[in-house]
Order: sequence, then structure tokens, then C-alpha cells
Amino acid sequence: MTSAGPCDPELKMAAGQQWVLVEMVQAFYEAPAYHLILEGILILWIIRLLFSKTYKLQERSDLTEKEKEELIEEWQPEPLVPPVSKDHPSQNYDVVTGPPSHKIIVNGKECINFGSFNFLGLLDNERVKQKALASLRKYGVGTCGPRGFYGTFDVHLELEERLAKFMRTEEAIIYSYGFATIASAIPAYSKRGDIVFVDEASCFSIQKGLQASRSFIKYFKHNDMEDLERLLKEQELEDQKNPRKARVTRRFIVVEGLYMNTADICPLPELVKLKYKYKVRIFLEESMSFGVLGEHGRGVTEHFGVNIDDIDLISANMENAVASIGGFCCGRSFVIDHQRLSGQGYCFSASLPPMLASAAIEALNIMEEDPEIFTVLREKCKHVHKTLQGIPGLKVVGEAFAPALHLQLENSTGSRESDVRTLRSIIDYCLDRQIALTQARYLDKEERFLPPPSIRVVATVEQTEEEIEKAASCIREAALTILK
Amino acid sequence: MGVDFRYAAGGISGSWSLRWWLLGCWGFLWEGRSCYCPVTALPIAHHRPRFPHALHVCDRTRFGSKTSMTESSAIREANGGPGHGAANGLKVGRNGWVKNQKHHHKKPSSCAEEKVHHSACNGGLYSRPFYESFEETPMLVAVLTYMGYGILTIFGYLRDFMRQWKIEKCHIAREREEQKDFVPLYQDFENFYTRNLYMRIRDNWNRPICSVPGDKMDLVERVSYDYNWTFGYTGRVVKDVINMGSYNYLGFAENTGSCAEAAAEVTVKYGVGVSSTRQEMGNLDRHEEMEKLVARFLGVESAMAFGMGFATNSMNIPALTGKGCLILSDELNHASLVLGARLSGSTIRVFKHNNMQSLEKLLRDAIVHGQPRTHRPWKKILILVEGIYSMEGSIIRLPEVIALKKKYKAYLYLDEAHSIGALGPSGRGVVEYFGLDPTDVDIMMGTFTKSFGAAGGYIGGKKELIDYLRSHSHSAVYATSMSPPVVEQIITSMKCIMGEDGTTIGRERVQQLAENTVYFRRRLREIGFIIYGNNDSPVVPLMLYLPAKIGAFGREMLKRNIGVVVVGFPATPIIESRARFCVSASHTKEMLDQALNAISEVGDLLQVKYSRHRILPALDRPFDESTYEECED
Repeated sequence: MTSAGPCDPELKMAAGQQWVLVEMVQAFYEAPAYHLILEGILILWIIRLLFSKTYKLQERSDLTEKEKEELIEEWQPEPLVPPVSKDHPSQNYDVVTGPPSHKIIVNGKECINFGSFNFLGLLDNERVKQKALASLRKYGVGTCGPRGFYGTFDVHLELEERLAKFMRTEEAIIYSYGFATIASAIPAYSKRGDIVFVDEASCFSIQKGLQASRSFIKYFKHNDMEDLERLLKEQELEDQKNPRKARVTRRFIVVEGLYMNTADICPLPELVKLKYKYKVRIFLEESMSFGVLGEHGRGVTEHFGVNIDDIDLISANMENAVASIGGFCCGRSFVIDHQRLSGQGYCFSASLPPMLASAAIEALNIMEEDPEIFTVLREKCKHVHKTLQGIPGLKVVGEAFAPALHLQLENSTGSRESDVRTLRSIIDYCLDRQIALTQARYLDKEERFLPPPSIRVVATVEQTEEEIEKAASCIREAALTILK
Repeated sequence: MGVDFRYAAGGISGSWSLRWWLLGCWGFLWEGRSCYCPVTALPIAHHRPRFPHALHVCDRTRFGSKTSMTESSAIREANGGPGHGAANGLKVGRNGWVKNQKHHHKKPSSCAEEKVHHSACNGGLYSRPFYESFEETPMLVAVLTYMGYGILTIFGYLRDFMRQWKIEKCHIAREREEQKDFVPLYQDFENFYTRNLYMRIRDNWNRPICSVPGDKMDLVERVSYDYNWTFGYTGRVVKDVINMGSYNYLGFAENTGSCAEAAAEVTVKYGVGVSSTRQEMGNLDRHEEMEKLVARFLGVESAMAFGMGFATNSMNIPALTGKGCLILSDELNHASLVLGARLSGSTIRVFKHNNMQSLEKLLRDAIVHGQPRTHRPWKKILILVEGIYSMEGSIIRLPEVIALKKKYKAYLYLDEAHSIGALGPSGRGVVEYFGLDPTDVDIMMGTFTKSFGAAGGYIGGKKELIDYLRSHSHSAVYATSMSPPVVEQIITSMKCIMGEDGTTIGRERVQQLAENTVYFRRRLREIGFIIYGNNDSPVVPLMLYLPAKIGAFGREMLKRNIGVVVVGFPATPIIESRARFCVSASHTKEMLDQALNAISEVGDLLQVKYSRHRILPALDRPFDESTYEECED
């Protein structure tokens, strides 16, 4: 294009084109009239085609108002809820009359309680009650607001401080509902695009938290560190392919201390090793192990002697061992403080009634004053675990030191429904003989990995040896009669 | 844009607008002169200029604040919104009414219309006048607000830069050394607002209290010597602060009286915990008694209670809808409803706040077009609305929603968190307020936190619904049941409202609340503030707009011994920062007057009397007699 000499092909071509044009004009003069008329008609036809509206796709699919009305008239929604049969196992709750403590009245029968997670027996502790009463006299019952809007009471601050001190972490944050604790904490950190490695046996509130976070979720086999490492390695390879994405993808391992669904313990030391090897943060849910494991009841970290700072976030509820209501998260301030603006269950919900916070403080006092209580609990757990061994037709699931064990059918009948019914008759048999037990309940359709049906057997410090023996023999009898 | 700037700016004289400038944009200049203590009236020295601006996520969030922002910004409104918006300067977009209902074709002109304040009624559907106003944001204020945020953001970046280069001391908690090479837990910008805007006025939230959250409360005095990064406690108590912030609508936040006595008795007998779930070992007789009472109170067949209001929404909506279902949700719905809808896996569509045209359009389109891509009909359609919206103070147009729901065979989920106890001649909530039948609402949800002074939430409805929830609610299966003393508080307070305790205390309180509400709202409008919401709503938002004024208002009010709640972005649209008062039945007229005087004083100081439609101090609606009488017959 820079030079335009006589041999330039472009010029030549232009000359050629010019020649063709001259030819065309000549041909035009020479052409017969009918040809010109035909061409003219064709040109007009093309112009018409160009300007006329093509057939109207839109019009064909557009519905008239009348048709719309008909469609609306026609539409029949499904019923709001499907009907539930009267004899659905969860339809008829057991009714507890009076306090749900060591001695409990279930369906009008006075029993010894082997069903509530009142591990330390603090539910009917006089000191706790008095502290709650004093708080009630000072603050009333409700808080009438979220933490942000005059719903922060001095007792909340005290409880947070005490929990942090008890767990030897920098900071703690309290929630007004145990279930909402981990379910709010996970989505506060893990967002869309992040990756969470989670144990298959993890409890429902973890599952809900994961769902709310909208992260990628990778389940590893229960307590199987090799499987976890396999997934981590896979992820590492993935990261090498796309290092830019890897730099912003947060990774978390979510595990439970003592698993609610299987009553066994997570291999924390191995998890911590994997954490540093693959640079993944660990969230630990300790609802069943807080106030149970460890010399001072600090949970799994103390049990294994793991440095608590190696765990990024510990969450637990105060509804089991502490026997109050609510939950808490604890860890380093860098991590925990973020929830004060991002934890949905913290920000958007009314705060914990102050009397329940006071009760929790007093429970912590008792736990700190008398760490012996944890040794006693461990003994009871072991005792329950031992006496339940060898019942024909039933197997004990869980660690010897776990306070809430599962009794599963050795041979399932094949249908969950009939299994549930069988277990229920064992429970009814025991209820008639002053032993209160309950089934572990799940939402069959919602659970990611539905555990087999089971009876919960809960050990508490209040149970005497005789009572435990009695319960065990009662269950044995029931199994012998019912599971022939 | 075709906007008359002078008109939009309202009657702001030159010198005032200059002052506003200073307030909004260079808050520190102004604030540097009046020495603030971050928390209480304790004077502290300022070593460097401080910005009183901030932001806070609180209480209510929105479906995509983007939508609500554009929807409500003054610019768009003035930009040729629906015709008469310009005529009286009020928003119509947020107040739509159903037009094409078959059975009621009355023109809105037949409704009583207030001179200035917009009221939209739908003829025969309403048994009582429905006044709701959302005065347009003055143009100048909107511009200044954006500039305020702009300047804050620039300073934020500057400060972040200085922190990065260690010129400024960084107070933020740091990652552990051992984990420095992990993927950062937070993205840098994630906490930008917290660091640079919220931190400036953090002292306005989470103020610790050490008494009953009643009509007056005692605050624990806090001080901060490092500009709100950390707080210390002086050990002193700020006594008798008038509480305009707690949701204590009926004054049941008490530590004496029948409720407290009953709760104390139960504490002694039962203890405070339960340590099991409803389906396992935690179904107490008290729970069942309370649920029967709640059902009776609501006028529904059956009811179920849950331990946390937030979780009542987030854990039960997933039990009701699932894949293939459609949820139509108001754009200003509470975070718990949003979360519940998300967890359910249904398709979610959002309609404009309280806008019935928008809702109807969505309903029609949904039924006509079916599910996206597959075009299968929706399995069911669930409409999620609230009785009173806690950030807007608006009341749901329930008669119209019910008409629409019936016409299109949708289901209605009504969250009465703020309206139960607070509306209606006998405190039965928004359904009674409009004189409707509770059986027309499929799912009646509400909380015990507010009017009943307890904690938790409930769902009421047909027996089949509750039976289903008893076996399928996440909460019933997995969450610890309610604490017995809390249950007892609910039983006693509810009986009191129903008059079953043999006194008229409950009814009197409901009436007192209605009177207080009308009085307080009227007076604020007379003073010249822009007040959002319905005339009968005890939630009273007062518009502040500028970020500088959020902090200043909260602090100035506390200086005058009045505790208020202030909120800004992201809990509200970015330019609509506000203060929110919650009127209580236990507020006496003296307290309200004291509060009003202080608000007026602070209003002058901060120049927040923006309203161009100040009503004259005349009474065209009596407030000294029960405002409910008229609809009862």
C-alpha cells in the first residue's frame, strides 16, 4: 500500500473492474426490453422483501389476555404440604412433664433419664438456677433486640470473656441458638467459589451452613485421613493448573470433635498435620465434646494435647454440657471478630436472654472449680459403654469415652421404617421399666448421608452405677423379648 | 435529566447548603469543634480529625441492595417516574396498588386522600384508611450524600495506603505468622467498609446495657482512646437513658410483675435448659401448652414454636418448598426469610417493596410461562411478606396480597415479627388490623422476642401444615427446644394480652401503643422530619441521609440521655441512612415529649429537618381515643 507503481496489482484490478463496469453498461444498452423489465421486477421484489415485515414469530407465541386468563384458571398448585399419616413415627412426641433432668416423667411414667444431653447434670443444679433467677430479677427475660441495637447486655460480654478464658483463646462470640452457631459461622468465611472438605458423618447444622455458604463441598469418608489427603492432593493438582484462581480460593476442613451421628472422635493431630501440609484451615464443631473431653473439659484439643491456636475456629453449643441455651464460637480475634458483622445468626437475631447467659457463666464456674467432674463423667461413659456390650441383636456404636452412644440393630430388617418401629418398641419396653431412652431422629430425605436408625444412650454424671446396670439389663431384656 | 435543581433542593437557602456541605463532606471540620466522646458525654481530647461517618449491617438486610437503591433514589424518581410523583413530590413506585382486580374496580380517587401525604387505597378492600408515606429524598441531599461517601472512600484508600506503608498504626488483628502463606481469609476490599467507615462510628452500636431493656435503661459507659478500635469500660453506668431502640412494643420487658414471677417459678422448678430436641426428649408439657395458647391467640387451628425467630424462618421455609417451586419475596424482606428461601432450593423472584402491581405481574408471568427452560408449571408459588417492615415502618398491603393470592392460588407466608402484638385492636397483628380472616393466610409466622419480651418464634396455620412441620421442620428434629422460663414468659404475656389473666392490662397496653405511635409520628412530622412508613406503625424511621449524620445523631441523642438506633448502608440503600425509633406502650407522654424535644434540638443542630411537606400541628385524626374503634363494627 505504500508504493503505487504501474505494476501494482491493486491498480490493475481497479482497471479491470472499471472495464467490467463499461461492459455492463454496454450490455444494458443491448439487452432486450423483456429482460430489463424482468430485472426491474426482480429488483423491486428484492426491495419489497427487504422492507416488508417477515412472518411474525412473536405474534404466534404471544398469548392473548384471554388465553392467559385460561392458563391461570387452569393452573392447580400442589398442596402446601403433603399429608402426613397419623402414625408417622415423628408425629407423636413423647411428652415430658416437669423438668427434663436426671429424674424425668415421660408420658406420665417416672424414669431415669438416659436421653437428654445433660452430661454434667447442670440442668437441675441449684447454683445455676439461683444465678439465673438473680439475672431474671435484674434483666427480665427477653432482650428485645439484636446485639447491635441495645441487645448487648453486660452478662453477654462477661460470658464471651469467660468462654475465651475457659478455652484459652483470644476471643469468643455467643449465639442465641445452638443450631445457628456453626450454620452461621461457616458462611461467614466460606463464600461462593471456596472449597470445603467435610466429613461425611457431620451433623445437620454443618450441612446447612455449607449449603448457605454456596461453596464447593467435597465429602471425605468418615474419619478417613487417606481419603481426605487424596482429595487435598487432587485439589493441589487442580491448583497447579490454575494458580491465579488458587490464590484466592479459600480452603476449609470442617469436622466435629465427637461426632453426633457416630459418637466417635476425629483424628485431630493428623488433621492438623494435613492443615499445614496443604494450607487448609480447620473448623471444629465441638457440641458433643465441649465440657466432656479433656482434663478441664476443653474438648478435643485438650484431649489430644493439640495447640488450640492451630484450630482456626471452634464452635460448640451451650445446650448439652452447659445445659443452658445458645452456642459460641472461639478462636483468634483475627478470625472470630469477623462474625460480629458477618455472622447472620449473630447480627440479625435477638440476643441470648441474659438469664440464660448467667446460667452459662455459673456452669463455667462449676466446671472451672471442679475439673474432677470430667473424670467422673468419663468413668460413667466407660461404664455405660462396657455394660451395653454384648446385647444380642444390638451393637454399640461410639467411643468408650463418648457420652452419647448409639445402639443400632445388628441385623437390619431391610426397611428403615420397620427398624424404627422395632427400636421404638425397645424404647417403650424400657420406658415401662423406668428407663427413659430416645431414638436419634433425622430428616430422612434431607440428610446427606443418613445414619442407620439407632437408640441414643446418654451417660451423665448423675447416673449411679446401679442405675446404669439397671438400664443395661433393661435394654438387654427388651432386646431378648423383641428381637427374637 | 429534566430535573429542576432548585425544586429538588427544596427550600434550602444558600448559607444552609454551605453548612450541609461542611457537615456531609468535611464532617471532621465540624466535628472537631464539638468535642465528642465516642460513647457517652465524657469529653475526650481529639488528637486528629475524626470522621463520624459509618456503616453498619444490622437487623434487616435486603435482596440485592442494588435494586432497592436505584428504586428509591431521588434521581430516578425525579427522572420522570409515575406522573404525579413530581406533583406532590412523593413516591408512588413504592406504593403501588392492584389495578386489575375483578371484584373491586373502584378508583383510588374514592379513597380518602391526605393533602400532602400519599395514600393509596384499593377501594373496598380496606376497612380502614391506609396512610403510608415515603417522601422523596431532596436532590441536593442525595448529591451530598454520594459525595460524602465518595470522600470517605478516598480517605479510606489513603488510610489503607498509609497502613500498608506503616505510616499509620494498624489496629486490625493480624493473621498468625504460621499461617501467613495460607490463602487470605478475607479479601482486601471485604473489610474496607468495616475498617474505614464503620469503625469511625462503631460506638453507636452494641452499646452494652445493664438493666431491663424497658422504657428506660442503664448503659455501661464505654470509652475508646484509639478511635473505636477498642473499647474500655469506665466502671460507671449511664442511668435512665430513655430507650427508643428496643423492640419492646407492649412493654413486657420487665423484671417484676406476673410474667417475671411466673418465669422465676418455672426456673426454680425446671431449670433453664432442656438439652434435647422436641422430637427426642425435649418436648415439655409447657411447650405443648404454649403452642395451644398461640394457636388460640392467632385464631388458627394449630401452632408450633421454635427457639429462635431467625431460625423459624430459615429452618422452616425449606420444609415447605423445594425444587420446582417459586418463591415471590418482597425486596425488603428480612435476612432470615432470604436465607430460608435460599436454603429451600426454590426459584426466588423479588417484587418491589409492598408493590402490588409488581407482585401481580410476577404471579401472572409465573403461571403463564411456567418454569424457566422446561416450561413445566410451577409446583407451588409461595409469597413471602412481613407484617411491618422494620427498616421502613411500612405495613404490608395485606388485603390486596390476600386478594392476589386467592386469585392466583398462591400460598402466603406472613412474617409478623414486628406486627404481632403491636397492631390490631387486641394485638393480634396485621391480620386483625385490617379486619381479615387469619385462615386466609396459609403460614402465620411471628416472633416472641418483640411484643412478648421473650425469645423464639412460632408458625401457625392449618392442622395439616403444623403436623407436617412437627415431623419435617429442621428445628423440631435437630435443635434444642425452648428454655422453660422463656416459654413461661410467653404464656403469661400472651394471656395478659388476651385478657385471660383477669386484668385489662394487656388491652390497655395495646391501646397505649397505638396512641403513642400516632402521637409520636405526628409530632415528628410536625417538627419537619422526613418520616417513612405507615401512620400506625410503631417502627418510626427518621431520615438522616448523610453518612456524617449517622454517628452525630446517635451521639448527640445519647448526650441528651436518649438511646436511639441509627442505621446506614448496607442495611439501608446507600443514600437512605436513618435513625429508627421503636415506640413502646410503656413510654409515657412525658418520656415521648422529652425524646421529641431532644430530637428536635438535635435535628436543628444537624440540619436534618428535610421535609418539604411539614404538616401543620392540627388534629385531623384523633389520637386520644382508640383508633381502632371504627373498624370494629
